[in-house]
Amino acid sequence: MDPSPSPPEPWSALDAEGRLTAHELLPSGDDALDLHRAHRDMVLARRLDTEAIALQRQGELGLWPSLLGQEAAQVGAASALHERDVVFPTYREHAAAWCRGVDPVDLLGLFRGTTLGGWDPHERGFNLYTLVIGAHTLHGVGYAMGIVRDGDVGTGDPGRDRAVLVFLGDGALSEGETNEAFVWAAAQNLPVVFFCQNNQWAISAPYSVQSRVPAAQRSQGFGFPGVRVDGNDVVACHAAAHEALSTARRGGGPTLIEAVTYRRNPHTTSDDDSRYRAAAENDDWAQRDPIERLRSHLGESSESLRAEEDRLADRLRRGCRELPVPAPDSPFRHTFAELPRELAKQLEEHLAFVQGQQA
Amino acid sequence: MTGTAIAHALNRGLRDALAADNKVLLLGEDIGRLGGVFRVTAELQKDFGESRVVDAPLGEAGIVGSAIGLAMAGYRPVCEIQFDGFTFPAMNQIVTQLAKYRHRSGGLVSLPVVIRIPVGGGIGAIEHHGESPEAYFAHTAGLRVLSPSTAQDAYDLIGQAVRCDDPVVFLEPKRSYWRKGELDTATQPSAMDSARVVRRGGDLTLVAYGALVPIALEAAEALAEEGRDVEVVDLRSLSPVDDETVVESVRRTGRLVIAHEASRTAGLGGELAARVQAAAFYSLEAPIVRVTGHDTPYPAARLEADWLPNLDRILEGCDESYAH
Repeated sequence: MDPSPSPPEPWSALDAEGRLTAHELLPSGDDALDLHRAHRDMVLARRLDTEAIALQRQGELGLWPSLLGQEAAQVGAASALHERDVVFPTYREHAAAWCRGVDPVDLLGLFRGTTLGGWDPHERGFNLYTLVIGAHTLHGVGYAMGIVRDGDVGTGDPGRDRAVLVFLGDGALSEGETNEAFVWAAAQNLPVVFFCQNNQWAISAPYSVQSRVPAAQRSQGFGFPGVRVDGNDVVACHAAAHEALSTARRGGGPTLIEAVTYRRNPHTTSDDDSRYRAAAENDDWAQRDPIERLRSHLGESSESLRAEEDRLADRLRRGCRELPVPAPDSPFRHTFAELPRELAKQLEEHLAFVQGQQA
Repeated sequence: MTGTAIAHALNRGLRDALAADNKVLLLGEDIGRLGGVFRVTAELQKDFGESRVVDAPLGEAGIVGSAIGLAMAGYRPVCEIQFDGFTFPAMNQIVTQLAKYRHRSGGLVSLPVVIRIPVGGGIGAIEHHGESPEAYFAHTAGLRVLSPSTAQDAYDLIGQAVRCDDPVVFLEPKRSYWRKGELDTATQPSAMDSARVVRRGGDLTLVAYGALVPIALEAAEALAEEGRDVEVVDLRSLSPVDDETVVESVRRTGRLVIAHEASRTAGLGGELAARVQAAAFYSLEAPIVRVTGHDTPYPAARLEADWLPNLDRILEGCDESYAH
């Protein structure tokens, strides 16, 4: 028996023609979504993505995981964050990083091979990318435990209450660690929001290989709410994230949000998606483009931000090539808090070798 | 025998760590009300509360993964994995996440996490309750690996591990938990990454750690009756390993026998042998001998007495060295 013959349509606030419905559910006041800003963030994040793909094609980056099509999900969620909230991303959250104020040039280092991180996780409350699928869901849970122990939940003081936002993909739902994270978050009623961008594909595995039920329904088995929203609708994503984060900060526990969207580019620049999916499917999702939808609502032209986009692109191209190659001793220095004797010996050997190569 | 049991010394060490720093907290299965299956955390939840001594849901990856997040939030979590063989579900978190984050962040983020694991055989346990996983951890850059053999060391090392800014895998020899020894909580401990000469001797260096240290000392006493003068070194820190103390000893004695419970191939004994032969080749009067577990899965309990490096096997190893 099919446990869910017809899953409910994902909740949407901005319909396909860009008409705003469901006003009453949208956050207001300080928490209201600035639609012009959201549009700008989505456009610039898309340009960042486009430039990074070009840089990979030019041999400047080894790899790039594109976010094309997922801008609304990421901008919607990230724009609901408060300053003291903390984000645990996967490796495709470039728009979320952008919204969080991470320097976009710093996003390139991991893919250029100049760093394994690229930014200070504490500075913007935005942790390093995680390549092992699902591993970071538990880090988010642990961090949320820390917030509870710090007494920064449910005080009613908006300057103090905090929450954790964990991004994950649909593939991560199949990982044991994600399920452990759900168990921990539920049992301890932790201030954590799991924001799943169900982009339909885990490399070549379609969502049907992962699950018989919509992702949002997973949370029910763990005992916390799940909501299903249109991931190409920035307003709906923002409203859902706002509600879930507010609940979390208040002490109301975790939420799983499933943002139903689509990864329009291959998994990474090394992937060939023509081997596993039809072009028509992609075309269908291109018709639901999140930026176009907001643009038709705002009545903005695609030219309005072009100059700013071009400046960003220039900055990325120049910044990418100027990313510093770390000193040869840095892996040795940063493996332990204090350099052990054996490692000091290996460092000495390595530096002698490197200097010999340069001579 | 008077003195303090190793399990009690660990309990005391954890108690003192919890009292000294309110950012220290314990996480593990059954560690709260039960006090752990070996009672190492007995009474700690009662005295420090459920928020500091956390009964975890069953899930080893969850325990270590949550500890990583807590450390990122400024806490110093001490995890308990219930048995050695149950470490492996957490290996992803330990190897791909915990060990690497400082390196990945260019030194900006420390993960001061301790993972306590009861290890080794010799208690007649069932499958997956007698493993010696130390080589996996010693092979992983970014982890420190400690294993105490006395009550004093158990107390000193657990305190140092909790205060250390690096991740520490803390291997507790489970058959030694109730072994008693002197404990002075006021002494200044030696550096946690240093080996210790526990018996001075002049004609053979016998290296061991954890549960095999007292057996190595017995072997040295037995050989003394035959006129042999064996020096016994307790490694204490398995990564980084203090090869300098061992090399210095071998330069004086000319012979090296290494004993550990873990399987031989790619074990710690091989690493130590390689380092000693490189540093003290011309001091060696005999090939380096390893007395280890065999390259089989840990056997059924009725076979473990012969499988483990016991007193007789260690004596045979020493005889082999002296025969050259």
